[in-house]
Amino acid sequence: MVKLVEAPEGLEGQGFFATSLDKVIGMARANSLWPLPFATSCCGIEFMATMASNYDLARFGSERLSFSPRQADLLMVMGTIAKKMGPVLKQVYDQMAEPKWVISVGACASSGGIFDTYSVLQGIDRIIPVDVYVPGCPPRPEQIIEGVLKIQELARNESLRRRNSDEYKKMLESYHIQTS
Amino acid sequence: MAIDNAFAKQSIQEHFGSDLLGHEEPFGLLTIEINPEKLIDIVGWLYNHPELKMTYLTDLCAVHYPEQSGREIAVVYHLHSLPNNLRVRLKAFLPVAGGHIASLTGIFSGANWMERETFDFYGVQFDGHPQLKRILNMDEMDYHPLLKQYALEDETREDKDDRFFGR
Ligand code: SF4
Repeated sequence: MVKLVEAPEGLEGQGFFATSLDKVIGMARANSLWPLPFATSCCGIEFMATMASNYDLARFGSERLSFSPRQADLLMVMGTIAKKMGPVLKQVYDQMAEPKWVISVGACASSGGIFDTYSVLQGIDRIIPVDVYVPGCPPRPEQIIEGVLKIQELARNESLRRRNSDEYKKMLESYHIQTS
Repeated sequence: MAIDNAFAKQSIQEHFGSDLLGHEEPFGLLTIEINPEKLIDIVGWLYNHPELKMTYLTDLCAVHYPEQSGREIAVVYHLHSLPNNLRVRLKAFLPVAGGHIASLTGIFSGANWMERETFDFYGVQFDGHPQLKRILNMDEMDYHPLLKQYALEDETREDKDDRFFGR
């Protein structure tokens, strides 16, 4: 049986349905997030399982992976990020169009994990803002899906003006990310 | 005559005499300490030797011994003779500050990246290397991280409380 997304709250009558634009757009965004996988190590293997038929992330509207940052909505960072990789990750984030979300999968991406060493970035939140952290080393596919569902919740409830707010711009500037 | 450790050692000794500074055979692996200035001569000679035929460079790396003043860095070369299945390990000791040694890239092209790695991690200068720059670490790094005076841990972590690590 196909399960459709429920319509947002609104006024309904014969031949019309009225609701706020925020809610419609939020609903559309949340249910068609295009993830960009940035998989560098073992957590990436869990992501492959998450995408494959057993767990099937496509059930949640993320059927289409985008390997071009320009078309992606959700940056999924899975794995150890070496310091040398940092600028690459940042550039990928820069190239994504707003609105964009970031999920940090696993201990390594979130905090450096077991690699407390001179060559590994101690958490990607040192260079880009992160929306959801998924703990685990590695997290199971269920946990990754849970993380994506949390992102959907953020996307669904986000105000359309959030990305234009001063607060948001300040946050980006604190990461030295240029705002237009 | 069998081509074995004894033969290799004897031939090198006969030909290079005083440039051979010591030898041992831990776990049956012939290990020879050589005069760093004669590196190219010795490796080239082993390469072209009609019987030894040491034509394969298995590995090239360095070791830091901070307590041996004046000879803190050991640059280690592993050579392999494929026809004889014989291995020789050469060690050349250098001082830690500004240690120079000749590059093997003229003999083995494969030495290129291995020398860059050794430079990256230990700061050994390989004279004659076509492009001696960092290979694994980020270019902005301003030290050679495997020298023992530098901590392994990332120094920017603030959440590590020594009490929880038994230190
Ligand atoms: S968190 Fe664990 S499983 Fe994930 S990349 Fe790091 S070491 Fe691998």
